[in-house]
Amino acid sequence: MLIFEKSRPGRGMDMLPACDVPEVEPAEKDRRKMELHLPEMSENDLSRHYTELAKKSHGVNDGFYPLGSCTMKYNPKINNDMADLPGFTEVHPLQPEHTVQGCLEVIKTAEEYLCEITRMDRMTMQPAAGSHGEFTGLLLIKAYHESRGDKKRTKIIVPDSAHGTNPASAAMAGYSVVSVPSGPDGCVDIGKLKEAAGDDIAGLMLTNPNTVGLFDKNILEITEIIHSCGGVNYYDGANLNAVMGTVRPGDMGFDVIHMNLHKTFSTPHGGGGPGSGPVGCKDFLVPFLPSVLVDGKERLSFARPEESIGEMKSFYGNFLVVVRALAYMLTLGREGIREASQNAVLNANYMMYKLKDLYTMAYDEVCMHEFVMSLEDLKKKTGVAATDVAKGLLDNGIHPPTMYFPLIVKEALMAEPTETESKETLDKAIEVFRRLYHEAEEDAQRLHDAPTATPVSRLDEVGAARHPVLRYHFEA
Amino acid sequence: MGSYVPNTKEEQKAMLAEIGFSSMDDLFIHIPDEVKVKGVLDLPEGMSELEVRRRMQQMAAKNTVFPIVFRGAGAYRHFIPAIVKSVTSKENLMTAYTPYQAEISQGILQSIYEYQTMICDLTGMDASNASVYDGASAAAEGVAMCRERKRKKAFISATVPPYVLETVRTYCFGNEMELEVIPEAGGVTDLSWLDAHIDAQTACVYIQHPNYYGNLEDAAKAGEIAHGAGARYIMGVNPISLGVLKTPREYGADVAVGEGQPLGLPLGFGGPYLGFMTCVEGMTRKLPGRIVGETKDSKGRTGYVLTLQAREQHIRREKASSNICSNQALCALGVGVYLAAMGRDGIQKAARQCMSKAHYMAAELDAIGYKTLNKAEFFHEFVTSPKVPADRVLEALEKEGILGGYPLADGNMLWCCTERNAKEDIDRVVRILKEVQ
Amino acid sequence: MKLEQGVLYSKSHEWVKEEGGTFVIGLTDYAQSELGDLVFVNLPEEGDEITVGESFADVESVKAVSDVYAPVSGVVSEINEELLDAPERINESPYEAWFVKVKDVSDKEELLSAKEYEAFVESEKE
Repeated sequence: MLIFEKSRPGRGMDMLPACDVPEVEPAEKDRRKMELHLPEMSENDLSRHYTELAKKSHGVNDGFYPLGSCTMKYNPKINNDMADLPGFTEVHPLQPEHTVQGCLEVIKTAEEYLCEITRMDRMTMQPAAGSHGEFTGLLLIKAYHESRGDKKRTKIIVPDSAHGTNPASAAMAGYSVVSVPSGPDGCVDIGKLKEAAGDDIAGLMLTNPNTVGLFDKNILEITEIIHSCGGVNYYDGANLNAVMGTVRPGDMGFDVIHMNLHKTFSTPHGGGGPGSGPVGCKDFLVPFLPSVLVDGKERLSFARPEESIGEMKSFYGNFLVVVRALAYMLTLGREGIREASQNAVLNANYMMYKLKDLYTMAYDEVCMHEFVMSLEDLKKKTGVAATDVAKGLLDNGIHPPTMYFPLIVKEALMAEPTETESKETLDKAIEVFRRLYHEAEEDAQRLHDAPTATPVSRLDEVGAARHPVLRYHFEA
Repeated sequence: MGSYVPNTKEEQKAMLAEIGFSSMDDLFIHIPDEVKVKGVLDLPEGMSELEVRRRMQQMAAKNTVFPIVFRGAGAYRHFIPAIVKSVTSKENLMTAYTPYQAEISQGILQSIYEYQTMICDLTGMDASNASVYDGASAAAEGVAMCRERKRKKAFISATVPPYVLETVRTYCFGNEMELEVIPEAGGVTDLSWLDAHIDAQTACVYIQHPNYYGNLEDAAKAGEIAHGAGARYIMGVNPISLGVLKTPREYGADVAVGEGQPLGLPLGFGGPYLGFMTCVEGMTRKLPGRIVGETKDSKGRTGYVLTLQAREQHIRREKASSNICSNQALCALGVGVYLAAMGRDGIQKAARQCMSKAHYMAAELDAIGYKTLNKAEFFHEFVTSPKVPADRVLEALEKEGILGGYPLADGNMLWCCTERNAKEDIDRVVRILKEVQ
Repeated sequence: MKLEQGVLYSKSHEWVKEEGGTFVIGLTDYAQSELGDLVFVNLPEEGDEITVGESFADVESVKAVSDVYAPVSGVVSEINEELLDAPERINESPYEAWFVKVKDVSDKEELLSAKEYEAFVESEKE
């Protein structure tokens, strides 16, 4: 039941005292005439409403969440506690610098640590999410080429296995996209990349490990091809959780990168946000970074890079998310950060190994932090598609892997267990995956009908899109 | 060292052995040595939870938390009901991903659907998305969504908040829309200039209401000029002001956006906030970002799903009009709880108090020589002339735990009142200012 | 796979019917069945020029968007606005649910007969 259907005229709480100054109203021409229908309800009813909604949601806290490319690791509670400190929450973004030295220290420290982890020279915390970071990074590349009077570079190379955000970001930055096919091993086809490289290429967007969960061994050759044609290498940090402490994007020839603090650095996804997507770069791109950076040693201050691309949003980014990520880095430290990545890779390989006799692996080799199964054979044999297995998992309290991505694998299920799951959790999930496979062979209809144990069964997405109902309509 | 890895070293070894590896390093042996980190990262040792808490608290303690705030300029300290935090701390909601698996995400989806409805109700518009990063990026996305094949120019008023202008400018640097700034005249948008310069290539006109200086614009007129040229009309609005002020719908806006922070989100040194985005019926498919719709499940029960997804980057790739993947779901949840807790009357009361207190303060300051420069009507922000240089005023207030107005580049001061500013605090500011030389 | 008499087909799965110098274009039955339930269609505007082999419209299903390619070059003289509100018509009766009418046709690709198209689809399946 919607909150509006629970509202009753005249109910509600009194949140504010009476007005202690003479009341002023807007002039007639600027006064609101439209009726306002915000809910009127008691706090108890309100509280129960949201408790009910919470019960109909599934977070990392509810169970195993191996959603590939999303890094659904545990969100430590201390991080939230620190982000709730009034010394952070009650600070106005336009306070004088001498009254926000602690905030500046958070930004500076986080920048230093993240630069060390990625081997970049400077970093901006302003981008609010990974996609926002990509857009920022591409604008840095654009500003860099333009600053040298190089206007002929109109294209960005993106492998066909890339996440859809990459080409969308490139288009937003005014670039056309050159899609480079992957080889049979899921990695960049070097020959095709060489063909695409030229003096019209502004740069390359790549993630390594790539979107099929494999480490592209040719990475130095790839980044060198782009450098030698005058392009810039952009690292999509979506998969950084696989390599922290082992490999650094800066050592692989990347010049600019974004990270997802809500993936790799354990800040909660919040049901779709807020995230944080800091962008780091090498020295030659630093003058173009957006907004302000924190400088100084004892007394910290903001400074604007001389050729800054401007602002990506208001203020200094999703600061309270950065606070959480910093608490996480402080907790783990240099050993813990590497250990986290190592165990993410171990857990993925363990799970893959225990499933590959039944499920077809898209690439049957040592994976990094995630692996991709192709259910094409199963579908041919039984009619059970990747969606059906995913829906079957819901009935078992497991959030399904990412479905139908990457696009280059048919009937794909991409699993990323993360390092914060115990062997028992993995074993139990493996058992469920195996059971579902046999179920597909024996009773396909059961999986077509799944889920049945959830608050609702499969929803009519076609109807929703054909005749959109996007809001509740109040009775006139 | 703290760690969130549950498996012990022995268990890790056993797992490695089971899948045919002799050690952790063995697992990474396929990675070329040239790119591997030699030794360990130059980071500090990990800490226990108690140490982390100490370290973070030390940093937080270096900030000044002003008990009394008269500064807005884009971020506003409003009252936040206790229930907001209680709901946004619920772990099933906080630790979930984007609700792709609708069957186990009905709570989040319904909360977004309710948020969309409340934002439509507040703004009077037909459709809302599930939110974007903040008000400035909402403005930039709003401008981008109006772009058409034959209309690639945008007009934006010089009276919008600086971050809004600069963010729109950055996005236009990317998508190569032409951006023209409409000059200011007397604290409001120079609409006669707009009328003279708008043309058939104009995609949209963007006005902030109330504007950066707190002034109400001739918002209906701006809309008429935009529509007269066949362009879209975008309004950036303060959501609290909509408790008393005419809605963007009533002023004729096609797209209405704004900073959602005043609706129950803490100042948080600038984020996370939320940008709301709404539009009239015919433009729904141009809205960027997530949108939740109502539908039925296979048994006929009402449910909610992410819908109109083919607009989005994960499907449309380079043809998508925006790359945005996320929304500020947890912030949108907070906004929904805030609006429901305040309720219809609460929002109207808050809006009236903001406006009333700002007018009281402006009059009191005016009386002691800090002249109110707003010639137009204003909402909860206003600008005063400098009787005494701003830094001295602010220093005197800071000693008393008061964050004064925001010093503008021209020496004037931009003040803000919300329902949190009691009359006695305003009177105190006036007393302090009387004495500052 | 349903075929329609009196229309010609393109290799990118559009059908074309000539009506006194005007060319009517739609999606074939095979195309709609491959695309699944369509939920939206983006059409060009009247007066737009379209070019052989280039995309002039796209169709959306819940999880995909696909380009529709122009089998002829010319000027759009009419669009089927009904599809904007009822994209399901393309699934229901593809040969009635035309997308655009094109006049001043200056160029067209080599189009297939029903029989040739059927053979082409079969060969593509392999």
